[in-house]
Amino acid sequence: MIKFKLNGRDVSLDVPEDTPLLWALRDDLGLTGTKFGCGVGQCGACTVHVGGRATRSCVTPVSAIEGADVTTIEGLDPEGRHPLQEAWQEIQVPQCGYCQSGQIMQAASLLRDYPDPTDEDIDGVMGGSLCRCMTYIRIRKAIKEAAAAMKSAKTEGDHSNG
Amino acid sequence: MIKRILTGVAGVGIVAGMGFLWYAWWPAIPKIAPVQPGQFSAEKIERGRIVAAESYCVECHTRQDNGGGPTLAGDYKMETPFGDIFSSNITPDPETGIGNWSEAAFRRALQYGVSRDGSHLLPAFVYDHFTKMSDEDISDLYAWIMTRPAVHMTRRPNGFPLSISPRITLASWKLMFFTPGRYKPDPNHNAEWNRGAYLAEGAAHCGACHTPRNLAGAEELPNHEYDGGVVDGWIAPPLNQNNPTPVVWTEDELYQYLRNGVAPLHGPAGGPMSPVAHDFLATVPESDVHAIAYYFADKAHAVERVSGDKAALEHAMADSKKDLIGFSTDPDARLYQGACGACHYNAAPAPVLGRPELALNNALWLKEPTNLYLVMLRGLTAKEGQSGVAMPSFYNALSDKDMARIAAYLRRTRTTLPPWTDLEKKAADARKLVEPPVNSSH
Repeated sequence: MIKFKLNGRDVSLDVPEDTPLLWALRDDLGLTGTKFGCGVGQCGACTVHVGGRATRSCVTPVSAIEGADVTTIEGLDPEGRHPLQEAWQEIQVPQCGYCQSGQIMQAASLLRDYPDPTDEDIDGVMGGSLCRCMTYIRIRKAIKEAAAAMKSAKTEGDHSNG
Repeated sequence: MIKRILTGVAGVGIVAGMGFLWYAWWPAIPKIAPVQPGQFSAEKIERGRIVAAESYCVECHTRQDNGGGPTLAGDYKMETPFGDIFSSNITPDPETGIGNWSEAAFRRALQYGVSRDGSHLLPAFVYDHFTKMSDEDISDLYAWIMTRPAVHMTRRPNGFPLSISPRITLASWKLMFFTPGRYKPDPNHNAEWNRGAYLAEGAAHCGACHTPRNLAGAEELPNHEYDGGVVDGWIAPPLNQNNPTPVVWTEDELYQYLRNGVAPLHGPAGGPMSPVAHDFLATVPESDVHAIAYYFADKAHAVERVSGDKAALEHAMADSKKDLIGFSTDPDARLYQGACGACHYNAAPAPVLGRPELALNNALWLKEPTNLYLVMLRGLTAKEGQSGVAMPSFYNALSDKDMARIAAYLRRTRTTLPPWTDLEKKAADARKLVEPPVNSSH
């Protein structure tokens, strides 16, 4: 029995311990927002957060996340209104959409590490997330817009608190 | 005249032989009735728990293969160059454990490597370190051990053929390689250093993994003290000034590594080192972990070497971005970018915690790619290394050839050291050490 926290709630799963986290999420827990891309951790479509860090779920066995906090695209924001999700909609980033939940999860992790990312930071961290519709230019734009929105929200928060 | 010389030689031989037999022979210590747990104070048992944690008793006296075993009941499999051996049950069970051992018998085992019945113990039980432990610490440890649940369990027989008499063989080994004696404080150093040395050299037995061993399995002392060794297939890196990482292991880096399982600059503890931090040193007084860190920072002359760290860090931060920015036509770089870059990219001034910087990590700077390969193949669980985060397992995602390309690429672009050789073969060798995942996305 593998126990962990998924989007804030406790779950326990009776599956073989080498089961990929991606299978558990999609087949056993019914969260299909996370996508299967390449199956070898080379495309980023299956990216979720483990302990707040972007992690390729297709190559992560469930035994490795025993006791950990897992967040999927469904849990990134309770109302689906994370600044990245808002920017994504506004700029109309998705084309076919298949890679986008992985892109957003990777970008959320990027903004946690680099709240004001340079183009280099975006290249470095997002370089492993592939998009066959070539939406890269819009992804970059949306990340910068979300970063700006998060920064101004933080500044407003600081002012109202002060 | 010749006869007189021969008689003399024979006489010396007989005396030496008798001396050796006297050295090799130890009496049995009588069995005792089961200890009443109530005889130890709670404070004493708690002190014993700390000594046990600092000695990692549970780690090597609890079975890990075959689905694991009861705590301290032994049967832990140790693979040695001489064959597999299995540790003893040290629960207070009188028949299969050490329930009928007196404190004197227990103390003699730790300090002299002699079992209660007078037989010599295999040096896999590191009495070459435990001999340095004080009588008080061993007394506390005895109280803790004797108040653990008794488990009736027999270990598997050792696959360790001692063709000649075990008593003679082991006594000879001890005569050559074992010097019994308590730790003696070094008056040239302060109390914290001496506390660290007492723990590191004694209970914590750091050298058991981090000092190389000779053909007889003894630590190569004093010439190669802390030059690094091999344990369970992993390289235990040097703990002295020969540690190759570009940024030195300062007292603070060591402390965080030992206490939390991750050092901000050097990265997470993997393999057999991970439980040392998480299961043991995370549970003992902070001051003891500080003392061990203080001692090793001094052993490695960290203070004298730290002046180069600023430049080394800047260099590593520049290297971290190599081939991840803009377009690259190097297929090895593309492979690295796809599999590793998203998590291992870092930007100045310093690595983000949770983004282990490979340009600074031991794994890239060691003589062999073993540790790099084992981490790629196994990944790290949320319990290992940095708590709560995981590294995926690339066992089914990367072929031996892919792993060899990434290893060669990183060594070429993130270090200043000569290339590793036979990389594909070594990848295959490392793969044999890892249990293959059956369920796989690929």
